Amino acid sequence: MQPTVASPVIEFRDVSYRVTGTEVLSGLNLRIERGETLVLLGRSGSGKTTTVKLVNCLLSPTAGEVRVKGVPNAVGDVIRLRRGIGYVIQDVGLFPHFTVERNMGLVPRIEGWPADRIRARVEELLQVVGLARDMALRYPHQLSGGQRQRVGVARALAADPEILLMDEPFGALDPLTRDELQREFFLLQQRLHKTVVFVTHDLPEALRLGSRIALMEAGKLVTVLSPQEFLRSSDPWASAYVRAFGDGLESAANRGAS
Amino acid sequence: MNVFRFILENRGQVLDLTLEHLWLVGLSTLFATLIGVPLGIVIAHRRRLNKPVLAGANIIQTIPSLALFGFLLPVPWLGERADRLAIVALTLYALLPIIRNTYTGIRGVDPAVVEAARGMGLTESQLLLQVELPLSVSVILSGVRVAVVISVGLATIAAAIGAGGLGEFIFRGLAMVDDRVILAGAIPAAILALAADVGVGWIERSLQPR
Repeated sequence: MQPTVASPVIEFRDVSYRVTGTEVLSGLNLRIERGETLVLLGRSGSGKTTTVKLVNCLLSPTAGEVRVKGVPNAVGDVIRLRRGIGYVIQDVGLFPHFTVERNMGLVPRIEGWPADRIRARVEELLQVVGLARDMALRYPHQLSGGQRQRVGVARALAADPEILLMDEPFGALDPLTRDELQREFFLLQQRLHKTVVFVTHDLPEALRLGSRIALMEAGKLVTVLSPQEFLRSSDPWASAYVRAFGDGLESAANRGAS
Repeated sequence: MNVFRFILENRGQVLDLTLEHLWLVGLSTLFATLIGVPLGIVIAHRRRLNKPVLAGANIIQTIPSLALFGFLLPVPWLGERADRLAIVALTLYALLPIIRNTYTGIRGVDPAVVEAARGMGLTESQLLLQVELPLSVSVILSGVRVAVVISVGLATIAAAIGAGGLGEFIFRGLAMVDDRVILAGAIPAAILALAADVGVGWIERSLQPR
């Protein structure tokens, strides 16, 4: 039933989203392939977050169709869909009344995993995101911003989802911590090969983490380029970005250099 | 002024009336919680309903209590028994703080937490039971606390329609112009209000998530 050409994991077909008369997103066509890190780059209000929320059905398109693993979101089971997608947001949104352990283990728990398997998974995850084991019993308010977002990432990975949606996950962190988490995330992704949609307005971050960069402006997709192409692009929006961030971008695009 | 001797001499009756009072307050608070908390949850999620529901509860609150007892008297099933009527009236009064605090508590949960929970695939009921209610329980209970304290005071007026409770002493004392009798009702009522305040506060703290 599947065509021989590999179908994209996430596909936007002529997707528009309007709310009270304003078009937040118009005519988006985009295919996100298995294992890639697609960065949505654009300024505030360009429709990046809306695009991400259309993937896990936190929003529904007013026109067009979003497909995840070939299934149109409009017909699929929303809860099942979301449990198969890790979701990381800038404000983290850890449950303040749960320990780190329970935060990480929530999706496995509601999925009915046995307790010892959850415990083992939590231990594994703590290691994956570089947190000490004794962090498991802490509460979110006892953690630093960077530690919190590590827990956020671990929580998103808990049930081993194929897709990861990350909406400015490192945007609220100080530059040093951000750098650290970017590097670790890059290495992690080299290992896990999740299908990642990553939102940012930060070009160095986009160049560093993205396998492709989708540039958005005023609710429209301007262009999709690889990091190297992006730096050389003659597209007015892309070059405006490159100019705004200035020197030192080459090293970011060459990865790992920091 | 030998109030305490009076209370001691009539301790049987004081105890009976206190228990009656507790019964009126306890049952009406229970009903108000059973109605008010779900209603608060509903209006926290269906924002269009929040104005009319809160306005309704507000209007009830503005009706003078004695008048409300009077209004309810001719209502068929209610008018048959004074305690039944008193419980309904007290329930109506207790609704506002409970609905309002439930609404405020749930709306006060960090939107990022709710968004993360939704995005992770929690169903609406899991979201409510595992996230929204635990995080707003102390606000909801402080609404119940206010309701209880108001009810203890208001329930004294129920004696005017013959529903019993500590108000009997107060009304009797007023008629007899005898302070001792008034205080025999007022003091236990005050103690009851304080005890209820402390009691619900204790529940509040023990249920509080970290």
